[in-house]
Amino acid sequence: MPELHYGVRHHGPGSARAVVAELDRQRPDVLLVEGPPEADDLVHWVADAGLRPPVALLGYRTDDPRRAAFWPFAVFSPEWQAIRWAIQHRVPVRFFDLPYAYRLSDGGLAETGPAATGDSPARSGRPVDPIGELAAAAGYDDPERWWEDVVEHRGMPAFTAVAEAMAAIRESAPEDPEDLVREAHMRKVLRETRRAHENIAVVCGAWHVPALTRTIAVKDDTALLRGRTRAKVAFTWVPWTYGRLASWSGYGAGVRSPGWYHHLFSTGDDVVPRWLVNAAQVLRAEGVPMSSAHVIEATRLAETLATLRGRPLAGLTEVTDAAEAVMCDGEALRLELIDRRLVVGERLGGVPSEMPAVPLARDLAGQQRTLRLKPEATPRRRELDLRRDIDLRRSRLLHRLRAIGVPWGEPEDERRGTGTFRETWTTRWHPEFAVRLVEESMHGTTVADAATARVVGAARSSATLAEVTALVETCLLAGLSRAYPPVLAALDVRAAADTDVQHLMAAIPALARTLRYGDVRRTDAAGLATVLGGLLGRVCAGLGSATGSLSDEAARDLRDHLDRVHRAVGLLDSDEWRERWLDTLGQVAGRPGLHGLIAGRLTRLLMDAGRLDTAAVRRRLRLPLTVGTPPAQGAAWVEGFLADGGLLLVHDDALLDLLDEWLADIDGAAFDDVLPLLRRTFGAFAEGERRAIGERVAAGAAGRAAASTADAAVIDHERAAAVLPTLSALLGRAVTVADGAGHPDGVNHAVGATDERGHP
Amino acid sequence: MTAQRPHAEDQHAEELALLAATDDRPRPPGWRLSPAAVVTYLLGDGAKITPKYVGPRRLIEVAVSTLATDRALLLLGVPGTAKTWVSEHLAAAVSGDSTLLVQGTAGTAEEAIRYGWNYARLLAEGPTEAALVPSPVMRAMRSGSIVRLEELTRVPSDVQDALITVLSEKTLPVPELNTEVQAQRGFNLIATANDRDRGVNDLSSALRRRFNTVVLPVPASADEEVEIVTRRVAQLGRSLDLPEVPAALDEIRRVVTIFRELRSGMTEDGRTKLKSPTGTLSPAEAISVITNGMALAAHFGDGRLHAADVAAGIAGAVVKDPGSDGVVWREYLETVVRERADWRDFYRAARDA
Repeated sequence: MPELHYGVRHHGPGSARAVVAELDRQRPDVLLVEGPPEADDLVHWVADAGLRPPVALLGYRTDDPRRAAFWPFAVFSPEWQAIRWAIQHRVPVRFFDLPYAYRLSDGGLAETGPAATGDSPARSGRPVDPIGELAAAAGYDDPERWWEDVVEHRGMPAFTAVAEAMAAIRESAPEDPEDLVREAHMRKVLRETRRAHENIAVVCGAWHVPALTRTIAVKDDTALLRGRTRAKVAFTWVPWTYGRLASWSGYGAGVRSPGWYHHLFSTGDDVVPRWLVNAAQVLRAEGVPMSSAHVIEATRLAETLATLRGRPLAGLTEVTDAAEAVMCDGEALRLELIDRRLVVGERLGGVPSEMPAVPLARDLAGQQRTLRLKPEATPRRRELDLRRDIDLRRSRLLHRLRAIGVPWGEPEDERRGTGTFRETWTTRWHPEFAVRLVEESMHGTTVADAATARVVGAARSSATLAEVTALVETCLLAGLSRAYPPVLAALDVRAAADTDVQHLMAAIPALARTLRYGDVRRTDAAGLATVLGGLLGRVCAGLGSATGSLSDEAARDLRDHLDRVHRAVGLLDSDEWRERWLDTLGQVAGRPGLHGLIAGRLTRLLMDAGRLDTAAVRRRLRLPLTVGTPPAQGAAWVEGFLADGGLLLVHDDALLDLLDEWLADIDGAAFDDVLPLLRRTFGAFAEGERRAIGERVAAGAAGRAAASTADAAVIDHERAAAVLPTLSALLGRAVTVADGAGHPDGVNHAVGATDERGHP
Repeated sequence: MTAQRPHAEDQHAEELALLAATDDRPRPPGWRLSPAAVVTYLLGDGAKITPKYVGPRRLIEVAVSTLATDRALLLLGVPGTAKTWVSEHLAAAVSGDSTLLVQGTAGTAEEAIRYGWNYARLLAEGPTEAALVPSPVMRAMRSGSIVRLEELTRVPSDVQDALITVLSEKTLPVPELNTEVQAQRGFNLIATANDRDRGVNDLSSALRRRFNTVVLPVPASADEEVEIVTRRVAQLGRSLDLPEVPAALDEIRRVVTIFRELRSGMTEDGRTKLKSPTGTLSPAEAISVITNGMALAAHFGDGRLHAADVAAGIAGAVVKDPGSDGVVWREYLETVVRERADWRDFYRAARDA
């Protein structure tokens, strides 16, 4: 038997089936497969039951694992089937493509990045999927159906026909210089193999077949290959998914529908009815009633459609159209479901646990060494001080691992406020993390890359604004600066689509913290300010309408959101935003019909910010506390106004009098209604405040006037001035005693200012 | 006397005859044309056959195949996406008769779907064949043609259920006469339903199972929509005998752009988010705005279509709910229209309108 060349369609189930049939007929002594020769040692794993497709060969530079490439294989890939056949029949297998080491070396060919695969995308105008284009030219949008219909059902020797077609196409197509080098290498290996064997089988992309049979002088090939340096590379198997196969750029044009191909490959006959039965099952699993009658009708429709379109067999388009018309009732979601579960498929591959370490695991091991963080099975507490470089890197590593689903460290206490530079972690290594690392290695070859890919993916698929906001914080904590732009873009989109002002408000605090404390972690948060500004703008625009007709419950939620946003705005070092926010609060506070709680809260916030003087506050307080307002509303107002503590009442007699009068005037029946509200308000005050207020009320107006002058008299200015140097050092600027220091209003302002900043 | 709007089979009689003459593919029993020829009739062939529907080919293929598999067809879509138009032309091409029509309303009675009685005869002669008044559905069953049911989801649920036997057994029993009417081959039903009516009188699952659903979308691209509007405006102008007004492509493009932007809630350049009004702003409404503007221009203007002629019509189409839509329209005018330098004339006209 001579040598035979099988030009296949990458990931084409039709090719896969044909290749196996031909190999059975030919019984070659040796099999050459298009693929990186460095992976020859890994071929024997194919026999291992633990290696379940879809899987991918991962090649990477040992000194720089970020430069890596994947060669994915599904069960319906002709290469996979050929290798399996060879292993079963104890026939040696060799990969005979250009070594990956050549492609990676600095003097080598242009690299297409980690997304590059055995077949790079059409850069030079050569078709990515030549068989697919042949099929398209024949009027088929499903190349596999074309293969089945034209190549197999006509009973012609498939691979001869394909080789002839390719030869015809290549005569007129432009040549890709990279292809020429690869084919030179293929011919070189082929010549070597011919010396040892006679009966050779070659499985490669159909495109390359004409080049292998072309007669080219040995010295020309050698010249092409000469002078290439090799980088040091390593290979391993990693699990793959059909989803990744579908979105994979290298074969993008070929496998939009891995699930369909899987079905074509694994189903002998009744392709259409079986597919539609599966579709019905997918819908049933989601609670959509689907009867067998639906499947029958869909099958009939698919076949009629194929006839109408002049095709001998129904393809993916026909079954999809039929499923949409019969089973989906015009609901786009159901079609998406079928597309996700069935057409693409959710199958995840697996690799045996003895597989050589993936670069991701090596990267982690390397970092564990340099950061002196040993994986231990017993829990261990670690205090990290983020001002130290090594602790900062440790913290980032732990956060990144959490992002890729390896919770080696659990942050002990998410509470903030004890200082922004301390973190407490409990680390504990679980053996299953190793498996996770292998699974995650499809997302990247370093921890940082994988975490970036995962966060970006999560941002794209997240449904709510809150999810994306959480991711922004993850980016910050894990130091994933490259994930920022896509995450922020996703945030912007969600914010534009979200009509609920409270959702928008909920997003602001985390972003403000990121912007404010970003520099503690030396994160570059460019773009964040723009997004935050936009978010705040939307909140300001929508706040007015969000405050109308609220229930008590909703008012409390909104009050909390207002407080948080207010604190967040205080954190930001931007007068413009602060002004805008306070302007909005001022406008909203003036709206009629506000819930008492909100009105009181807004008045307090504005007063603390110096937007309202005490006279105005008294005026505002008086209105809700008059007879015209129901006492419950007044009590809510008081609650909103005083929620931060009662110090205000200790110092402002006029306010206290107003409140006192109002309380005294409430009649017996209404008092029962407001009592719980007042109890809640005053009960939250500090013990000392309550006593001070009680004393003042008990002393009566006249007594208080005397007491306050007495209080003022005992201030010892010299002793007060003694704290100023320390205070100056803390604040980072000189603090001097101004006129009127110690005046009640002055104290109030100072208290308000520290409240807004949120941290001393 | 001439009809204001001739039936599809009359208006396009020549095209139908031409297709029938050249059609050599097998025709399903009772069909005037082969399925492939019906698809050509609807989508046009670029030469003698004018396109009736501009949109995805696969939708029309699914619709025609559905009729060929003798499943009933349900056309779904927002108002103004040519559901009725498609169903009329399908009926005309398949059966050569688009007049068998039941208009679904909240008051549609079972008689409109099954049969009624001529009460004078019923009293005089008792229940006889002659006293029976057949519905369009019954007549379609007898003659083996396509019957159309407009706005199926407006019809009360109990009346909808009368369709189940018709669609599954293909027979309509008349117990009073102890007979039945069996559908002849070629009989089928095309129903249309409004997406916005979802939940009003939703189809029971038993009935739903008898229908294949085809959703007619709003046009995918601005160019496609401009083409639809231009074509229909020209046809309408002819059939309404409007004085010839050069349909200014710029104005049409502008109307289409405004409608698309408001409908999708985003400017065409994708930069600005907009609020969407309550109306659907379908191509049909764009067509009526332009036709209206042309009538204004012809009768009261200088015979050329100006911004002012369409401005009032657009505002009327957009502002369906004076409260909220008014805000949407004003906001759109002030934030988007005003910024566009070559839209000055329109901005002024729209503000005054």
